[in-house]
Amino acid sequence: MLLLIQYTLIFASVLLLVALGGCISEHSGVINLALEGIMVMGALGGALVMKFLPYTHATATVGDRLGMFGLVLLASIVVGVLYSMLLAFACINLKADQTIVGTALNMLGTALSTVIVKSMNTAMNPDDHSSEIKYIDSKKAFLTNIGKFELNWFMIVAVICLIVIFVLLYKTKFGLRLRACGEHPQAADSVGINVYKMRWAGVLISGLLGGIGGITYITAGVSTWKFENGVAGFGFLALAVMIFGAWDPFRIAGAALLFGLFRALGNVYNGFDFLVSLNIPSAVYNMLPYIVSLIVLAFTSKKSRAPKAEGIPYDKGQR
Amino acid sequence: MNERRSLLRNDGLQTFVCSIICIILGLIIGYLALLVINAEGAFEAIVNVIKNFFKYPSGDARMKYFGSTLAKTAPLIMCSLSILFAYKVGLFNIGAAGQYCLGVAAGLYCAIILGLPWYVCLIVGIVFGAVSGAICGILRSFCNVNVVISGIMLNWISLYATNLLLKPAMDPTGKDTFRLVRKAPEAILPTLGMDKLFSNNQYVTIAIPIAIIMAIIVWIVLDKTKFGYELKATGNNLNAAKYCGMKENRNIILTMVIAGGLAGMGGALYYLSDIVQWNVNSSSVPGMGFNGIAAAFLGGLNPIGCIFSSYFITHITVGGGNVDLSHYCAQIADFISAVIIYLCGFVLFFKLFINSRMDKAEEKKIEKRKALAAKENKEGGNE
Repeated sequence: MLLLIQYTLIFASVLLLVALGGCISEHSGVINLALEGIMVMGALGGALVMKFLPYTHATATVGDRLGMFGLVLLASIVVGVLYSMLLAFACINLKADQTIVGTALNMLGTALSTVIVKSMNTAMNPDDHSSEIKYIDSKKAFLTNIGKFELNWFMIVAVICLIVIFVLLYKTKFGLRLRACGEHPQAADSVGINVYKMRWAGVLISGLLGGIGGITYITAGVSTWKFENGVAGFGFLALAVMIFGAWDPFRIAGAALLFGLFRALGNVYNGFDFLVSLNIPSAVYNMLPYIVSLIVLAFTSKKSRAPKAEGIPYDKGQR
Repeated sequence: MNERRSLLRNDGLQTFVCSIICIILGLIIGYLALLVINAEGAFEAIVNVIKNFFKYPSGDARMKYFGSTLAKTAPLIMCSLSILFAYKVGLFNIGAAGQYCLGVAAGLYCAIILGLPWYVCLIVGIVFGAVSGAICGILRSFCNVNVVISGIMLNWISLYATNLLLKPAMDPTGKDTFRLVRKAPEAILPTLGMDKLFSNNQYVTIAIPIAIIMAIIVWIVLDKTKFGYELKATGNNLNAAKYCGMKENRNIILTMVIAGGLAGMGGALYYLSDIVQWNVNSSSVPGMGFNGIAAAFLGGLNPIGCIFSSYFITHITVGGGNVDLSHYCAQIADFISAVIIYLCGFVLFFKLFINSRMDKAEEKKIEKRKALAAKENKEGGNE
């Protein structure tokens, strides 16, 4: 049971972080379909730090652990933000179709990270053609055991991000301006708000959150990651969470918990006797979060609270 | 005065030029990536990617591998048609990958477990893909669910469903399904003697002509029929189409059914030619559906263009396997096609740029002529 809670919380943190990223980007008026790719790249940044930074958990002090955590976090943020610039540049400055560019970046994220990891592995050992990075020991740096419960520090990061994003969106001048750009960019422009800048800010913040989400995902429950697989549609699940959460940070948090629970069931259903006795194949548990999200979306999408101008490139000359 | 329109104004030519530029830039970026990984063999590697089967010295071997590349092109053409068809109606069918999966699942299930002949397997594959497409369409038209999100969810559901369905068809000696030659020779697509043309490559089946014929049919339906016009009108402006008395919900669902059917057909065609087997433990959605996006946009969203762009993408993907694996990896081809799609996103911007530049140039010309005429008039008046 405790294990279920632990997995639910960690997957919910991932979904929360990424969905908040999607939320802030959409409030600024850009649909960020590239979250999946951003997650992969952010995860790659963090994983590389964990691989190359010398660290032995047995002898590590609190300072070492904090340093490790900080650097991993920083690397994922930097890579995520840099990668999201590709989206921002194409969609805001060049007015490209946001769906195409987002999809391209998702494919690029997986392909690029696979190429990087594979060539790195092969360079170090000519017989190694895998796309895996192992970080068994380094990962322990940001796990704290409270009794039997394993607290991943990224859960705390997710909660902090939730509060910060809420304050940023609803309690600051910046947030009001950002949301104006997603609702009616022409009106925002007429009162002197730079729509392009605001949209850039929205996309970059979503890159930041997507990057953290990526590293959180690959440290959730596993200690090696095969980059060929990308992040298994989690970026899109996060978008479903965002829609279910009606573009509101706290509702998104609730939705993330629900979806996290279904995702966690796939990992830990072995621990429940009555679930095992049902004799359902594991593939069904794997399908569960996606099926649930489809059903939930079917019931919640009718009354959409989406920002009105999302997905439409802003053109100054247009009325 | 009938001034001749500049050749550069031709939309088809512009698209073609843009696609070529995207390809060249994509290859250059791919080459740079190879340079970063290992500078020494980079040039040879990119040449290998581009050459693909041309690297074989004998003509026979070349024809044989050309045949295999064509056999792998057929499903990609189908997937790109699926995406193109939906895109023309304003829907982004990212679920093509899942529909393709279900086509594979249904086709192989009917072949290996039920022992049905190839045409039944193919039809069931199409139906499965179409049903998956219909779910997307129904959710879009009645529940307002974004097709991209529902498509992605269905991709993962379809992947696990396919694994589940094909588990009994697994060859116990490996992780893949049985080869059709051994278990269900009746389900293999007929070759109609085409294998002889390609140095007895038994994988060259009717899948290739079928895919090309489907491309032509899609072109005719979209451009030459009232039905296609209605669909495109629905895509351009839902409310206007509704106002004109078109059944917008029906059109959306029908579009997704057709798109799903096309993708499902692609999956069935590919796996029924027995060139590959399904790995029942697959943990990622097959790239075919996503490469279809690349092919559709690279082909300038034209069904006939898709045939060539699909061939090109398959060509470099197969060629990617030829790189020296001790330094590089085959995924470099995926990387190049991803870069190409990213660049395709700019095509519209690029076209606008060319057109506005030409507009300005023309305007200047006309002003100059006016000024000249005014000057001549003045001079004429002074005399």
